[in-house]
Amino acid sequence: MSAPGDRRGAGHAAPQAAAPLLEVDGLSAAYGAVQALTEVSLQVMPGEIVTLIGANGAGKSTLLMTLCGEPKPRAGRVVLAGEDITGAPTHAIMRRGVAQSPEGRRVFPRMTVRENLLMGAEALTREDPTPQLERVFALFPRLKERLAQRGGTLSGGEQQMLAIGRALMSKPRLLLLDEPSLGLAPLVVKQIFEAIRALNAETGLTVLLVEQNAFQALRLAHRGYVLVNGRITMAGTSQDLLARPEIRAAYLGGH
Amino acid sequence: MAYALQQLINGISLGMIYGLIAVGYTMVYGIIGMINFAHGDVFMVGAFIALITALLLTAGGVLAGPAGILVMLLAAMAVTALYGWTAERVAYRPLRGSFRLAPLITAIGLSIVLQNFVQVSQGARPKPTGTLLPGGWEVMRQDGFVVQFAYTQMLIIGITLAVLAVFTVLVTRTPLGRAMRACEQDRKMAALLGIDTDRTISLTFVIGAALAAVAGTMYLLRYGVIDFYIGFLAGVKAFTAAVLGGIGSLPGAVLGGLLIGLIETFWSAYFSVQYKDVAAFSILVLTLIFLPTGLLGRQEVEKV
Ligand SMILES: Nc1ncnc2c1ncn2[C@@H]1O[C@H](COP(=O)(O)OP(=O)(O)O)[C@@H](O)[C@H]1O
Ligand SMILES: [Mg+2]
Repeated sequence: MSAPGDRRGAGHAAPQAAAPLLEVDGLSAAYGAVQALTEVSLQVMPGEIVTLIGANGAGKSTLLMTLCGEPKPRAGRVVLAGEDITGAPTHAIMRRGVAQSPEGRRVFPRMTVRENLLMGAEALTREDPTPQLERVFALFPRLKERLAQRGGTLSGGEQQMLAIGRALMSKPRLLLLDEPSLGLAPLVVKQIFEAIRALNAETGLTVLLVEQNAFQALRLAHRGYVLVNGRITMAGTSQDLLARPEIRAAYLGGH
Repeated sequence: MAYALQQLINGISLGMIYGLIAVGYTMVYGIIGMINFAHGDVFMVGAFIALITALLLTAGGVLAGPAGILVMLLAAMAVTALYGWTAERVAYRPLRGSFRLAPLITAIGLSIVLQNFVQVSQGARPKPTGTLLPGGWEVMRQDGFVVQFAYTQMLIIGITLAVLAVFTVLVTRTPLGRAMRACEQDRKMAALLGIDTDRTISLTFVIGAALAAVAGTMYLLRYGVIDFYIGFLAGVKAFTAAVLGGIGSLPGAVLGGLLIGLIETFWSAYFSVQYKDVAAFSILVLTLIFLPTGLLGRQEVEKV
């Protein structure tokens, strides 16, 4: 894979020629008889934002969940920072520095914002979560105002901020984001994407971003992959992908 | 007036026992959506362990008041907790992700196993114990009727309140409690946050079983007669309590237990002792028809 180019959206060049933080090799997964992923291979370098774009039902969420241990892969390997985590139980993977803000946000509806965030710090074990809590508030000040409110009563945008904030509470090395823009007003999407960009630029956080909103995702990411029917069909730098006619036709709606 | 006051005392202490058992039903239901039909029998086993411990202590000549009761409690809790862990591990966990009725049928099977095991090993005849804690406080006397607050009733109420207080702190303030609530609300998400959901579910069974053992020990102290079948009726009534309070709701389970205890006691006192069990079952049916979410349950569509 070529090194990521310097992109306006990302604000800095990701480090080159390091070992990948995440390496997925020939990964296949299925739900019963339904094949959802077929021999997917991809890499994410430390400090990179990589996006995975694809239509509804392409297998994007399945890929993120398979990386997190459920469903178990039928074939292939997942290597995190040189360590083979294929087939490991979900909780063990999440305690090795992976965090996910899943599709649909999955905020705990009957826990307060504060409790939701503390749940995110579960993987920190004995560490004091307060400093990380402050960092999340700095990123999403709205959450601080809603601290005692129940998760289920937040607006969609607030829930998305909470889901990302909760994922950040474990101080992950790799952040997996599943369609953070889904169902949100453009202004809120902009805020959230800006927060992801800032996180990456300021802390070097590595992000794998799944999106249907291909244009925005590619503007944010260094590199991208295109998933069609559970297979990777295209890969390249964001600039490269944004320029391809077939991408423009299929995912960018003539942007 | 005096008579009613006596019934109130009796009803509350009985209701505490139901409440303790109901908490176990509601916890397990909340976290894995299963009615644990063997839970009443765990209560029964707890009572028997307490009885055996009492006999051992007496044989050793060391049964002495509060210390003896504490040992009975701890022994009963330890054994049932171990049972709860084993049952979850061996009987329920392998069925997770299987069709919904599978663990239910397994629970009925376990219930039969426990009853028959105790029947065979302890005999089928009711086991009377001497009164372990006789006497009480005379609250008032009216027209020759003495209202008595028995020491065993004080013990039941005191211990139940203490256990529930500890349990409430556990659920609301500790990481384990948070993990339990997270699993109850979204188990998959809990796992995505690094929570070992299998372990959390195990501990839920363990805690529920230990609470049932507390109830079993209290029952033994209060009524002094147990047999292998007491778990069935107590189980159904505690289940009714959990449904009445709103299944899945912990305060609801305690409230439901108190109400069932009071209704049953007053019903027996003023209408008919013979039909006292009918009262509880009627409430179950009426609740299911008119108030399916219970008194403190959530008004939301049940997840399947
Ligand atoms: N829990 C599931 N059980 C069975 N099939 C599923 C399940 N989740 C997803 N699928 C199927 O797997 C395929 C990929 O789904 P998904 O990963 O959700 O796609 P995407 O996130 O790209 O929209 C789809 O055909 C979907 O119907
Ligand atoms: Mg999806």
